[in-house]
Parts: sequence; structure tokens; C-alpha cells
Amino acid sequence: MESHFVTEAAAQLRRRSPRAVAVNLIGPLTMLAGVAWAFLQPYRLTLLHPHEQGFWWLLSEPPLYVIVVGLVFALVLAPGLLEDLEEVEDAAEG
Amino acid sequence: MLPKAEFVHWWFATGFLIIGLLLLAEAVVGEQAWGRRRWRPYLWPSFAFLMGVLMWPVMVFFTSSTIHMLAHGSWAQVMMLAGAAELGLARGKLHSPYWRLCTALAFLVSGAAFLIHEQNGWFYARSAFLHHLIGWTLVGGAVFPLLRCLRPRAAALQAGFALVFVVVSVSLYCDRDIAPVFGHLAPAAGAPHR
Repeated sequence: MESHFVTEAAAQLRRRSPRAVAVNLIGPLTMLAGVAWAFLQPYRLTLLHPHEQGFWWLLSEPPLYVIVVGLVFALVLAPGLLEDLEEVEDAAEG
Repeated sequence: MLPKAEFVHWWFATGFLIIGLLLLAEAVVGEQAWGRRRWRPYLWPSFAFLMGVLMWPVMVFFTSSTIHMLAHGSWAQVMMLAGAAELGLARGKLHSPYWRLCTALAFLVSGAAFLIHEQNGWFYARSAFLHHLIGWTLVGGAVFPLLRCLRPRAAALQAGFALVFVVVSVSLYCDRDIAPVFGHLAPAAGAPHR
């Protein structure tokens, strides 16, 4: 059962067009950029050390903003977009 | 108490990042797939319009000089104009592709405003450097919305258009109120902070 599922998933991945792969990568790459920034400049995340930080410093977490944008893209926009892209590509193939 | 200017730059950077990713996705999948859900074509013009609206409070509360007020005010106006024109095109109320010239105009006016209101040279401080960089990026990047009027479905033009937003976003994220740029910081700029 498990191996069948893995085979199906692998076949689906193989079927994916370069455009679908590109859409799939936009969100994760954006998140990755945010995570890399957080590691390079951890002091930008004032939540990690919130003592004596003012309201605006606690609200302004730019690496988190980038991660959230990538996450929302990957979870909210990309799935529906991939469905529509598949339909358009299938229709074009006839 | 008002937030620091750099915080506001980061918020707008996030808005430009959202617009850039939406445009990039549209460029990748093509207009046909992008338009299959009726709400999707409204996304990026709505964000552009909203950012134009949000620029008004920035103009009101961050008026460090007349030229800053004029720059923020002109950004607010042209962002709303570009967003509204693109919304009209998405809705089908506007038909002529030349309405896309509003976006090219927004790029040119915004770029010019960045360049004119920055009174210091490139290496005065990081914010001065970024103002020059963003200004020239927008002026040069205006070629993409300009050519989109003539070839609205060209993927390369759409991708270039999207990447201008991403570059502006990254530049705004790099902004700090007082910080050096490539080791340069004019003594008159003040004490740097991280």
C-alpha cells in the first residue's frame, strides 16, 4: 500500500511540467530566503530576546515577514494555481 | 509614538514582495491559467492600490521636509492610479491596453521622486545608496510596463516586471535609518545602529 502510494507520488512528480515545478518552488524559496536571513541576522528577530523591546520593535520582524509571505503563497495560492495550470495544460494537449 | 522610518520601509517591502511573487506566478503559469479563478487577476492591482492608500498616512506622519511630503504624496497618487487602472483592466471596465501606461507612469514618477528627494550622494549612508538604487531601478524598470502595453502576453516582459518589484522589495528590506554602505558612512549622518 505504502509502496503504491510512493510510486503514484513519484509518477505525479515526473508528470509535472517545468512551469508547475517553478510555481511549486516560489513559496519554499521565499521561505528559505527568510530563514537564511534569520540565521544571518538573528538580532532582527526581537521576539528571540523580547526584554526591554518596544512595541514597534516587537512588531517589526522582517525575516518573519518574508517567511510568512512564502508560507501563505505555498499554502493558499499555489495549490489552486497548480490545479488550474494542470487543467490548462491537459486541455492544450487535447 | 511613531514607528521608525526603517520599520515602515520593511512593511512596504513586504507589500512589494507580495506583488512581485503574484506577478512572477502569473508570468510562469500564463494569463489563461491565472485567470481561471475570477478573484486572482484582482490580487496584485488590489495590493498596489492598497499600498497607495497606505502611503497617505506615511506622507502625513513622516513629513521630515517638504520634499519628503511631495515624494510620499506623489507615490500615493501614482500607486493608486496604477492599481485602479489595472483593476479596471482586470474587471473588463477598461479595454485599451494603453491603460497599462499608468503603471509605467507610476514607475517613472516613483523613480524620479526617489532620485529627486534624496539630497545626498550614493555613499553618504545606506539609506542614500538605496534611494539612488531604487530610483534608478524604477526608472530603468519602467521599460517593462511600457512594453507590456504592446505585448501584454510576453512572458519575459511579465517576469521582468515582477522582478523589478522583488528587487525594490529586497532594497527596502536592506534599509536602515543610519547605517554604513560598503564601509562608507558620512560623519554628518550620525551614529550607526544595526
